[in-house]
Amino acid sequence: MFEAMVVGVSAGGLHALSGILSCLPLNYPIAILIVQHRHRDSDHFLDEYLNKLSAVRVKEAEPGEAILPAHVYIAPAGYHLLVERDKTLSLSIDPPVNFSIPSIDVLFQSAASCYKNHLIGLILTGASSDGSQGLKTIKEYGGYAIVQAPQTAEVDVMPKAAIELVDVDKIIPLEALGQFLIQDLLNSTVVNGGETDE
Amino acid sequence: MLAMKPEDMQEFEIHQLLEAIYFRYGYDFRDYSKASLERRILHRVQQSDLNSISEMVPRVMHETAFFELFLRDMSVTVTEMFRDPKVFKKLRQEVFIQLKTYSRVNIWHAGCATGEEVYSMAIMLKEEGLLERTRIYATDYNNHSLDIAKKGIYPAEKMQSYTESYLAAGGKASFADYYQAKFGSAKMAESLKEHITFANHNLMKDQAFAEMHLIVCRNVLIYFNPKLQDKVLALFKESLIARGFLLLGDKETIDFSEVKTSFETFSKKERIFRRKMYV
Ligand SMILES: C[S@@+](CC[C@H](N)C(=O)[O-])C[C@H]1O[C@@H](n2cnc3c(N)ncnc32)[C@H](O)[C@@H]1O
Repeated sequence: MFEAMVVGVSAGGLHALSGILSCLPLNYPIAILIVQHRHRDSDHFLDEYLNKLSAVRVKEAEPGEAILPAHVYIAPAGYHLLVERDKTLSLSIDPPVNFSIPSIDVLFQSAASCYKNHLIGLILTGASSDGSQGLKTIKEYGGYAIVQAPQTAEVDVMPKAAIELVDVDKIIPLEALGQFLIQDLLNSTVVNGGETDE
Repeated sequence: MLAMKPEDMQEFEIHQLLEAIYFRYGYDFRDYSKASLERRILHRVQQSDLNSISEMVPRVMHETAFFELFLRDMSVTVTEMFRDPKVFKKLRQEVFIQLKTYSRVNIWHAGCATGEEVYSMAIMLKEEGLLERTRIYATDYNNHSLDIAKKGIYPAEKMQSYTESYLAAGGKASFADYYQAKFGSAKMAESLKEHITFANHNLMKDQAFAEMHLIVCRNVLIYFNPKLQDKVLALFKESLIARGFLLLGDKETIDFSEVKTSFETFSKKERIFRRKMYV
């Protein structure tokens, strides 16, 4: 059973995220953590906007906060978002990774070592290669890797880079992503990393 | 029996390394947020061509130079002048008026890194006529960063964006008056430096050293676990005069700490707190 999903998205993210998050039901059993590349001085527009159109709760990630299912946490502009092993959130102002802060790789790698095979990684539209290494780490820890089908992405650089580097489990068109997340994933038609749970 | 998975071994190795460092040098990184620490440790393993985190243990135990390297890794940071200009504007507009009621003012920048934040403060104090009566204590536990801070020399190409932030923070003069540009670098004015004392201070273990009217500690507590945050906030409480001010980073708060009741919120958005009178 999956506990959390980490999402990396850059250019074109607002549209993609709106489409996906608005599909999820109020009691969605998985926690979602998102790094959306954006300007350092961005305000609360993104989380407030997404919260309005979603049944699940969307908020900016706060340091020390416990990660809960049916919640969506967005990395604050100008901070890396990381997952601690006790499943709480932490923030850092460490140097940019792939020229990015927040960086998708930083979130994905810390989440991978915490959630191991109970984690899904999802790469969406973007003009960067941030996230590919992180997605690879998720696979190494037995997690599940999904990439948005490049031809459905506003900018296809990021999905393509991920597909190139990682042996991904699924490539899904944007229109079908919401449905996949609520049906296939939850009905465990997908098996995480081929391992059975303890 | 279930074999230990490699990833769990990694957690164990980190634990061992931090124990070793604590035992040998008294630096307790066990109270740091682990996720960011883990990234830095793995980076060191890679940089030093080691095969595992465990190989760091004997090195830190027996080579002081390697420990110094580790310390430097731990505090590689990014900082800048007038970060979050609105916060500096608020200080200037609402906190400085209060500071002006004192004939002598002490300000402590804890975790000052390479000093940009400190010079920003000195510039504002100067423009508000407060610098002459003020002593700024700027501390960090990283000597390498402190050396840069003391010199006060920064890349000239950053001055453009700092100028914008200076103006957004309510700067009243010309930012270029505060530094001398030469060979691609900008050297901060001596008239600012005279009022700043840079010193090594480790928030994990060092004590209070003077009575402060304002303590600035931004983006340091995010690296600590709740236990160490509590300890450091207690130290700040002890160091502040009654009605003294505490400024934290943009995402930091005292709301979940033990000292909460000793402070009132002066400005929620800018993360400015004020020490209560008798608690
Ligand atoms: C992200 S920087 C913040 C710099 C600056 N205050 C700002 O907000 O731009 C964090 C700083 O905290 C320092 N630091 C971390 N642990 C410390 C400790 N135990 N004692 C003193 N300084 C510490 C680091 O060396 C680093 O310079």
